[in-house]
Amino acid sequence: MVREQAAPLPLSLPVPPARSARTLVILPALNEEAALAAVLRELALTCPQLDVLVVDDGSTDATAGVARAEGVPVAVLAFNLGVGGALQTGFRYAIAHGYGRAIQFDADGQHDPGQVPALLAALDEGADLVIGSRFAAPEAGSEYDVGRLRGGAMGILRLAVRVLSGRSFSDTSSGFRAFSAPLLAFYAADYPNEYLGDTVEALLLACQAGFRVVEVPVSMRVRAAGTPSTQNLKLAYHYLRALLSLLSRAPVRRRERAMRRSLR
Amino acid sequence: MSTGAHVFILLLTVFSLLFIVRMVRRNQLPSRYALLWLSIGVVIAFLATFPSVLDRIASSLGIAYAPGAFFLGAITLLLLIVVHFSWELARLDARTRLLAEELAILRADPPRDPTRSPVSTAEDQPVDH
Repeated sequence: MVREQAAPLPLSLPVPPARSARTLVILPALNEEAALAAVLRELALTCPQLDVLVVDDGSTDATAGVARAEGVPVAVLAFNLGVGGALQTGFRYAIAHGYGRAIQFDADGQHDPGQVPALLAALDEGADLVIGSRFAAPEAGSEYDVGRLRGGAMGILRLAVRVLSGRSFSDTSSGFRAFSAPLLAFYAADYPNEYLGDTVEALLLACQAGFRVVEVPVSMRVRAAGTPSTQNLKLAYHYLRALLSLLSRAPVRRRERAMRRSLR
Repeated sequence: MSTGAHVFILLLTVFSLLFIVRMVRRNQLPSRYALLWLSIGVVIAFLATFPSVLDRIASSLGIAYAPGAFFLGAITLLLLIVVHFSWELARLDARTRLLAEELAILRADPPRDPTRSPVSTAEDQPVDH
């Protein structure tokens, strides 16, 4: 796939250094007017010290208006880019406004703001990418049922990631993540934008670039509103595409390893 | 093939060439694509006028059925062009995405509550309306 290498950041604003310790919570939102207000209020109540940005990913409903009514800044994309594009917009906004860390948080209410501090604590301990995992807890799997087909497909991808990264992750598709400053810059320049790319491929990219990736157990709620957007056949296509994309990255890793060896 | 078929193909090709020239004159087709399609049109017109050339090419390639040689060349060329278009499409898509993201960031609200962050950015300054 061709990726356009972005110009050096930021295009819009100078980077103010004083906010570097601050954290930005990024909520990619597509048609979430029903759930968004409650999510934003709970976030503000639970983590009042954190700034929030809603990235409206081409919604056709009042998502942006709901966020503004809650006093939260909104970046409105002119058309739908998918979670990856919305996230990258958030990353670039964070860097342009001098944030040092960022959190990815769902706008539909399936994540618990009470678990944000756990993710941030892992960042403080030196991690670059912290993944809130539904399945990392010992008794996991019982609370959040993803269905047999999706579960199987996720298993295959998990295996591919394990083979390619040499590490085992329990929840590669979680959208509850925290990012360090170096990883923010890395992702702001280039972030996978297709379905599953924003989760699985991004994880593998971070591993291969040598960032420290850790998982933190979290519990997730059942989706407040709406249904999972993808149907079976489409799902099969997306998993196949992601698998191909993962495999196509493998030679790059080998090349980099060879390069590192030659530098020693 | 009969002479009638060759005349028909020749006419079709000439009309296609005229159509492409008109698109170029109206600035609807960039010259690099025009050059590609025009040269393809010229080759087809040439082959339609002198069919024996195609026969000779086919037999020198060891292909018994002359139109088969033509289709082989045509399909190979079209495949390459389509692959090139896929590449170009992906590049355009990446650029459009980047522009959409930058536009959203430029138009986004600045971080709220400037008292908590002592940094003054351009947005914090009073603006004369």
